[in-house]
This record gives sequence, C-alpha cells and structure tokens, in this order.
Amino acid sequence: MRYFAGIDIGSLTAKAVVIDENNKILGYHIMPVGQDSLAAGMNAYQHALDKAGLKKQDIEAIVSTGYSRKRFTEATMQKTEISCHAKGISTIFPSVTTLLDVGGQDSKAMKIGKDGKVLDFAMNDKCAAGTGRFVEVMAHALNLSLPGLSDAALSFKEDLTLSSTCTVFGESEVISLLSQGHSVPDISWAIIKSIVDRLVALLKRVGIEQDVAMSGGMAKNRALVARLEDRIGFDILVPEEPQIIGAFGAAVIAKG
Amino acid sequence: MTKFRISETMKEIMAAYYLEAKNAAYNNIPVAWITSGGPVEFLYAMGVIPVYPENYAPMCSITRVSKDLIEVSEAAGYSPDLCSYARTDIGADMVQGGPLMGLPKPDMLIVGTNICHTVVKWFDVHARKYKVPIFTIDMPYLHDGMTKEAIDYVVKQFEAFKGFLSEVLKKPFDEEKFRETLFLAAQASDLWEKVLAMGKKKPSPINSFDTFIHLAPIVTLRGTQKAVDYYTRFYEELVELSAQGFGSVPDEKIRLLWDNLPIWYRIKYLSEFFAKHKAAFVVSTYTNSWAAIQGDIDTDHALEELARAYLSPYINRDFKYRIEYLVKLIEEFSLDGIVYHSDRSCKPYSLGQYLIKEEVTKRTGKPGLIIEADMNDPRVFSEAQFETRAEAFLEEFEQ
Repeated sequence: MRYFAGIDIGSLTAKAVVIDENNKILGYHIMPVGQDSLAAGMNAYQHALDKAGLKKQDIEAIVSTGYSRKRFTEATMQKTEISCHAKGISTIFPSVTTLLDVGGQDSKAMKIGKDGKVLDFAMNDKCAAGTGRFVEVMAHALNLSLPGLSDAALSFKEDLTLSSTCTVFGESEVISLLSQGHSVPDISWAIIKSIVDRLVALLKRVGIEQDVAMSGGMAKNRALVARLEDRIGFDILVPEEPQIIGAFGAAVIAKG
Repeated sequence: MTKFRISETMKEIMAAYYLEAKNAAYNNIPVAWITSGGPVEFLYAMGVIPVYPENYAPMCSITRVSKDLIEVSEAAGYSPDLCSYARTDIGADMVQGGPLMGLPKPDMLIVGTNICHTVVKWFDVHARKYKVPIFTIDMPYLHDGMTKEAIDYVVKQFEAFKGFLSEVLKKPFDEEKFRETLFLAAQASDLWEKVLAMGKKKPSPINSFDTFIHLAPIVTLRGTQKAVDYYTRFYEELVELSAQGFGSVPDEKIRLLWDNLPIWYRIKYLSEFFAKHKAAFVVSTYTNSWAAIQGDIDTDHALEELARAYLSPYINRDFKYRIEYLVKLIEEFSLDGIVYHSDRSCKPYSLGQYLIKEEVTKRTGKPGLIIEADMNDPRVFSEAQFETRAEAFLEEFEQ
C-alpha cells in the first residue's frame, strides 16, 4: 500500500491528513496555529501519522497548502487552498459544481468542473466580514463558544438584524444590543444572518449551481448552514469533517 | 523587468527633461502642470514645458516615499478615499518632497477630464495655492460610442484653449509650430503602438512591466523629436531581439493581459512573481491608451482628429466597448487570461470590472483574476492575499 499526506496551515488552525492510495483517510489532526505556524504544521502532521499508525518514511509525497504552505519545506509540492479544497470536495462528492469554503481569514466561492478542476473563484477581500474570524469575534463578545453560538442562534425568538457587516463595528453593535436587553439567541441569529448575506453575495459572483457543498470550519455551524440553505433555496452537502477538506485535497493531489 | 539597450537612454532623456523643467523659471520658460490625458501638443507648440503630477506620483511610489507623502496630505485633512495619486502629489507639494524635492512651480494648470473628474478638484487645490490660471477641458465620457457632438464639443474647447494660451503667454498661438508638434506627436504615438504590438510575438520580447516604465516619454515628450527618436530606436531593438527568439519572460508559458494601472510600489516584486510562474503580461489596457493619435493625421482637420484621440482612452469608454476591446485583444495577442487590478484609487477604471470579467470569460472561455490593491498607496496591498489568489489563478492553467 502507498501513503500520502496533505498539510493545510491556515490563519487560525493547522490541519494534517494521511491517506492511502484509495483516498481512504487513515488519520487526521486539527490544531490551533498559535504564533509558530511551521511548528503547528509539523505537530499536526506527526499526530496524523500517529493516528494512522505510520512513520514519516512511509509517506510517498506531501502537498502543503494554506497561508503558511511555503514554510512547510518537507512538502513535495505546494498548492493554494483553492485548488486543494476543490480537489478534496470533488473526491468526496463528485457531483459538486459550487463550493463555498469559509475559513478563518478567507471565504472562497468556487466553480468546479470535471475532476475537481477550478473553473472560477471569488474571495472576500481586505475585510474580515464574511469570514470565520467575524463569527469568532462575535461569539467572543457574547461569551459563547463557536458551537454555542450556533445552538443559541437556532433557538432565536425575535428576528433581529445586525446593520453592520464590519467585524469591528459589528462587535460594538453586538455589545450595544446586549445592553439594550436583547437576548443572546436573538443576537446570535442576527450574527448568522449577517455573515450569510455576505456569503450569498460571494457565491453569486461565481454563480450558484447544484450541487452545492460547503467546507472549512464554518461548515460545522448548523445555524449558518441552515440559514444559507434557506437563502439559496437548495440543500448544501457538508462532508463529515469539513475542516480537513483542504488538507485532504492536498493529500489527493500528492497522490498525483 | 527587462534590461534593454534603450533603458539607459530613457534615464538620460527623462533626467534631462526634469532638469530643464526644474530650471525653467531661471531660464524664463513657462511651466504648465497637466493631467495625464491632457492635450500636451498645444503646450509644446507654445514653448511651454508640461509637467505631470500623475507622473511624479508613481515616481514617488517607485522610490518608496508615497506612503509618507500620503500621510502628509491625510494629516492635512484629505480623505483616505481620495485618489492616491492626488494624495501623493498634494503631500509632495506641501513638503516639497519626493525624488525631485517637489515639482517646478506652475505658471498655469491644464486639466482634461477624459481620465476622471477627481483631477478637476485636485488641480483646483493647486490653482488656489499658486494663484495661477487654470484651463479645464471637459472631455465627455462616451456612453454609447464616439459621437460627432462629443468631437465638436471638444474641438470648441480646443479653440478656446488656444485663446487661453495666447492670453496667458501674451503672444499669438503658433499654428505652424502646432502643426509640426502634431505631426511629431502622431509619429510617436504610432511608434508606441508598434512597440506595444511586439507583444503579439511568441515569445514576447517585451512585457507590461517594461511598458509601464517605457511609457514615460510618450506621456511627457509626446510632440517632440526626442520621443520619436526614442521609440524608433526602441522598436528597432525589439525587432532585433525578437528575431533572435528573445522572450522577456524566460520560458514563457502563460500569456496574460494586465487591466488598470500598475501597482507601482510593488512593480519589481510583481514582475518577478509572474516571471517565476512563466507568465508574461504581453498587453495592457493602460499603456494602449497613449497610442490613440493616428500617424497619418490630416493637419487640415487636426482639431477633430485630436479630439477623437483624446476621447478615445479605454477609461473614457463604456462597458460594452471595453468588453469587445478585451475580447479583440485576447484574439490578437493569443492570450490565456486576464488579470484585473481592482484599483481602490481609480474608480472610473475599476467600476464594472466584475461584470466585464464575467462577460469576457463567457465569450472567450479565458479566465480572469481580480486583484484588490491600489496604484500608489502601499498600505492597501497584502502580499499573502495577493499570492493566494494569483497562485490559485495560475494553477488553473496547470491542471
């Protein structure tokens, strides 16, 4: 059996995936990046190897991706996360033509052709609105964890709207909504609606065609996915562990 | 960026031009500050030295002082949303900064609105400070192609402009020198077009990072023999290089078009980045804008032809025209794709790019990439964000 690895060192987390020649995931690991992105990548890689019961010398090729892809010098090749997410999702769901990846620093909408080829993509620019970071900052202001925010949003009662899409002003707005006595679930829902509006606009830039899938850490947010499905009018395919799709795609690319 | 034999000559003629401009007052030669799309031919005909704040701003950017100068004008109250050329120029003027320690004082200010309307207010600022006459030529945006009305309207203003110059300089307008100047301007413009057309060769002996730099003489010295001589030699050198099979990007694999202004403060980095990926910008909408005057200019209808040329820049044309023009360039230059610089400072250039990109890709199947940056404000450029987008775009060609 031949083995391959993919390492995705993003702005907030490092992900590593080890696969065999049949694209079966043998082990993966997710950890925060902290100040040393290279160390995080190496650590995640080691943990994924341990879980797979393999050693470094068993791995035939490694592809690194994410913002710190160039620091991971052990990689055989470097690819952008756009190519890796497209490859990863189309390996799992071959029918997908539109992919939305919401990561910590970037949100990307992709149009995908045959065999995971990227036909077009659009990304948020120069702004944290519509990224995982936006939700993280808002959750922090509400003293909630990310899953906590999702759960709270799903039990909203009043349909509040956040007027600001800016992360900095949005945080002040959340604090003022709290001081006006609005409930945490209602504010959480307003936060989800705000980010989804941005994501729909991003998706429209590449065109929304079925099947639509979502990857990246934010795909774990059930409230967000539900709201997005509502806005675009069809179901969204979410892989079992959406956060590792970039690293998984990198491993598939490493296989060649 | 490619090292040409002619590169040294450019440094010399541009240095001589600025030296003459800086010493103009001492030599009793009048100086006019003029916008990049302004009709310089009238000035050369009347012995006025034209000076371009829009040329000085990128000089400040390439020499890495634009950020400091921008901070000067912002501290004085100019909005960060104002064009970064304007902020750089106004800042440079306030502290007499930049590589030339400020521009030579103007005796008059000449504005053409074919590039934007910010220039109207921007030059007003200078007019108030220097208390010198200002002449604004309104060159209307062509919403639906070239029209006789637009041409007539600009011709009338050109006639008034002659009167303005005659009055300010206290001498009659020199029609004979004007015809001569026009003839030289048309020749230079024609040669510039031939230089740019060398990008059609495979591999291309020249790329847009080169033409951004070699643009200086066609902008500043258009209408002089110097510009004609310069581009004659440059064209000959390119023909010679191309005959030897020389490519300005080694092992050229991907042929691209650059849309919008350059990102001046990172021009070297960008040139190296794309060269490393074997991608060559063989044409740009920006540099093409100075190739509008026809070589066989009919001097009996000179003002009409000149009006047509000054109404023609890409940035003064409607979206339908822009789409068709890009589709034509894709064909003519055998392009693989387009990089659109969405320039935070240049709204008239950047507006509509998303729509244009979508339509051009639909018609040609050639992909496009939008990069968000700014031509002169380095605080707007993020290397990591740029590289992720650009590399993903270039990976599309590998698959």
